Amino acid sequence: MAGINKRKGIIPKIALHSFFILLSLCFIIPLWAIVSISVTGDIEIVNYGYRLIPKTIDFSAYRFILKDPSTILSAYKVTIITSFASAILFLIIGSMSGYALSRDNFKYRRGVTFFFFFTMLFNGGLVPTYILISKYLNLKNTCWVLILPLLVNVWNVFLMRTFFQQLPKEIFDSATIDGAGEFRIYSFIVLPLSKPVLATVGLLQLLGGWNSWYLALLYITDKELYPLQYLLQIMLLNISMILNIMQKNIAAGSNVDISYFDLPNESMRMAMCILAVGPMLLIFPFFQKYFSKGLTVGSVKG
Amino acid sequence: MAGPGGIAVVNKTKPTKGFGKFLYDLNKNKAYLLLTLPMILLVFIFNYLPMAGIIVAFKNFRYDQGIFRSEWVGFRNFEFFFRNPDAKAIILKTLGYNSAFIIINLVVSVGVALLLYQVHNRRVLKIYQTTMFIPYFLSWVVVAYMAYAFLNPASGVLNRLRVLMGLEKISWYTKPNHWIFILPIANTWKSLGFNALIYYANLMGIDPEYFEAATLEGANKLQVTRHITIPFLYPLITILTILAIGGIFSADFGLFFQLPMDSKLLYKTTDVVETYLYRALAVSGNIDTASAAGLIKSIVGFICVVSTNLIVRKMNPENALF
Repeated sequence: MAGINKRKGIIPKIALHSFFILLSLCFIIPLWAIVSISVTGDIEIVNYGYRLIPKTIDFSAYRFILKDPSTILSAYKVTIITSFASAILFLIIGSMSGYALSRDNFKYRRGVTFFFFFTMLFNGGLVPTYILISKYLNLKNTCWVLILPLLVNVWNVFLMRTFFQQLPKEIFDSATIDGAGEFRIYSFIVLPLSKPVLATVGLLQLLGGWNSWYLALLYITDKELYPLQYLLQIMLLNISMILNIMQKNIAAGSNVDISYFDLPNESMRMAMCILAVGPMLLIFPFFQKYFSKGLTVGSVKG
Repeated sequence: MAGPGGIAVVNKTKPTKGFGKFLYDLNKNKAYLLLTLPMILLVFIFNYLPMAGIIVAFKNFRYDQGIFRSEWVGFRNFEFFFRNPDAKAIILKTLGYNSAFIIINLVVSVGVALLLYQVHNRRVLKIYQTTMFIPYFLSWVVVAYMAYAFLNPASGVLNRLRVLMGLEKISWYTKPNHWIFILPIANTWKSLGFNALIYYANLMGIDPEYFEAATLEGANKLQVTRHITIPFLYPLITILTILAIGGIFSADFGLFFQLPMDSKLLYKTTDVVETYLYRALAVSGNIDTASAAGLIKSIVGFICVVSTNLIVRKMNPENALF
């Protein structure tokens, strides 16, 4: 980096890079483990356990899933629709608010800002929200319950407001003099200039929607509406049912029988995971710079 | 022309007070109001309406009777919650884990950021940062799969290694005590990339003249790090730590729910406020206790966030939330 001179450092280069290589491995190996288990045959798993490099490569788990892909396709459909819809809707609704809040001549600016901001300090809690959504709004098992709560993201509204505040004032002044109304200014002047922040916030929302499972956990029981991550969770938690059987055995005094875990569909679980996560992991890192920028701006005062 | 209290549409006489002024302002600002209206509605419905719903904690809520017709029971739900012996344990666990997370994450992230700062090769730096950032893109469900690959009692990597070393296998998902260590490791693993990035970005702001001056004075790398680099981070460290303390009652539901795979045997060390609330509500249908506990959590959380932010505001106004 600029400024640090080239004298021998306290940490020789070899040690430094070794450290980081080891560290990077910590992040790559778990991912690799899932890939490798997904292409390991089940018999080999029973005999040799999970290995980072399987003896033989066996795609039967993938073949099995893709023979009847309806579950995973439906989950993909739900996830794509809800994450893109929430991202696009948020970009529209959130930027409109962000814009209004950035304008000094909006008389109610402080009031609305506080109205939004207060929700970051206090919130009604799980129970009233749950009652509201399931009983009074009747949103259980609908597509909207997976979209609407994601739109209520005050943090990102403030992020956009900060960005709009930094646009040069002359643009607004000259537009107002030319007789443009606020909607015009917003749509034809501000938005085109805001591509960076829109890209960042759009990607943040998209990622949030893609990874979301909590809403489904609370409000979705209809199989057709399971998003991807929730589907993964269900597959994983089948195991815990077995664990709970084990608990009964323990309570009854018998030993923990580890062979319960020699299930025939280990590789299938991991294959499902790769199918669900793979595309995202291939795409999102390309946009990493947007995420880093958005996060660093947002974390030191939103 | 304006009548008394009427709307001034013709801009000859602008009303200066009263209802007329209110309507005039409303009209003048209507574009802004319309722009922000959808978000206001959403926030109102999903955040403010539930706030009103906290009275459920004072009622014996019956689903069919709804909020308004359920019987009022005063503080009975709260008594019930506190009489539960697990209540204190859960609160202690939440505080304990979050405190450990704050300290560990701080030390590790700052350490890694400092080390990153020593890497000069741009391309290699990018590679390291990209790999560190991978966990950020993953949900806790996926991370739970990864943990399962290691912790599966029969075939998992850890147990195979133990067998190779001549040790016995451990049934990870039924022995609660190991999770005191597993959870912080997982938490740090997931947030390291993000946290280190924040500190690293801050380090970018150091004026190179400081380093030049220091080396002119004959300081070696260690001294430079101790006396220039680290102190430069003090403000940010303080602020982020205090803000983190503000959130000390909120546990990361994903971490505590997904990673242990909701295994009942592990509740002793993995059940925290968030998971307790969820289970009370959605699994046992125990709305009374859940609502009382939830209200306590919201209020305590509020006090924490406000007080820590007031402290931060005194120190460095632009870093506080308000």
